[in-house]
Amino acid sequence: MKQLFAFLFAGLIAATALAQEAPDALVMKITDEVLDIVRKDKDIQNGNTRKAVELVDARVLPYFNFQHMTALAVGKDWRKASAQQQQQLTAEFKTLLVRTYANALTGYKNQKVVYKPFKMAPGETDVLVRTEVLQPGSKPVQLDYSLEKLDAGWKVYDMTVAGISLVTNYRDQFAQEVRNGGVDGLIATISAKNKSLESNQGKVDKK
Amino acid sequence: MKSFAGGINACVKIFAGAALVLSVAQVLADENPLDPYEGFNRAMYTVNDALDKVAIKPVAKAYDVAVPLPVKASVGNFFGNTGDLWIGANSALQGKFSDAGSDIARLLINSTVGIFGLFDVASELGFEKHEEDLGQTLAVWGAPSGAYFFWPFIGPRTLRDTVGWLGDSYADPVWSARKRSIAVRNSLVAMRFVDIRASLLPADKIVDEAALDKYAYIRDAYQQRRRNQIYDGRPPRLDD
Repeated sequence: MKQLFAFLFAGLIAATALAQEAPDALVMKITDEVLDIVRKDKDIQNGNTRKAVELVDARVLPYFNFQHMTALAVGKDWRKASAQQQQQLTAEFKTLLVRTYANALTGYKNQKVVYKPFKMAPGETDVLVRTEVLQPGSKPVQLDYSLEKLDAGWKVYDMTVAGISLVTNYRDQFAQEVRNGGVDGLIATISAKNKSLESNQGKVDKK
Repeated sequence: MKSFAGGINACVKIFAGAALVLSVAQVLADENPLDPYEGFNRAMYTVNDALDKVAIKPVAKAYDVAVPLPVKASVGNFFGNTGDLWIGANSALQGKFSDAGSDIARLLINSTVGIFGLFDVASELGFEKHEEDLGQTLAVWGAPSGAYFFWPFIGPRTLRDTVGWLGDSYADPVWSARKRSIAVRNSLVAMRFVDIRASLLPADKIVDEAALDKYAYIRDAYQQRRRNQIYDGRPPRLDD
């Protein structure tokens, strides 16, 4: 019984330690972990998107807040959506974003990531962690993560590449879809996009 | 020859069509205030995209595959070095004098120790490469961005950036090589074009797969990227 308590206690400490991990340390940990795997995986480097998607699902997804990302991408139409529509939107957008992230990973060629100095005022719950991707023979690319502090720890809710947000860059396209076919139209369009990407992938795999 | 004439004919038709769309678009109340000439722009985008597929992208791909990495890096460094004087001038025009000093130091170091700019020694010495141009300077001076355009060949530019681009081209040492030899200038311009296109190849698949509407995706990415450059990588937050 005593042992069980000790075990639970240790688990509790580990869980809080993880939740309290500083946002810059979290970004560093995920990046290093993912790049380590990509460096050893020739399939991913050769453009195997499916394998890269599996990697992102397992190692990156838990640290992303997709609900917030989707709300940001949809903008003011988000409030018009019912709870069920919000859920569907989040699920479809997640699939699309994971794929984008995975595709970026398949372009890996000996890049290095450097972390910019990070300062955070105590009690802050919304921060920007700045990094830079260095690649031999090319200009460095700015890669920033926006994180927010939730009960479950820090979560990424936006990523910008060279100043371009992978999330808010959808705003006009999504607004256009909502104007044309309502929130359901938007859900259907993203879903159709995901399906066509998936079936193209199937064809590539068979080759 | 016949097909060439046909091509020209088709181009004329496209331009005429685009002009018509442009005038209609001006009359209609538009949905996106930043893109009032969307019809014209989409037509130009289609032309550029087709041109890219048949002519430019294949050349860039061949270059990317055939040329070893150190050579590609040197080509990029060489053109980067030719731009540093103008970058320094724009840093100064924006009041960033220490950046301007560093840009000039880069030019001096790389043109000498870096052997005509083939090696970017200055970056290794800690002189960071900046991204400045006249369009950014105009923005810092308070010029509004104006309408968004998608031009043939040069692609996306706001009105402000189009004016900036004209100034940049006038100051561009590669363009002014024409005083020596048109052939040399044309080869250099073509080479730089291919080098830049090749560096964008990895982004192609991402944009292809990520965008619901590629035209809008590129337009909005362009606006975000320029805003980021104007604020030197630290744009103030926009309210959601």
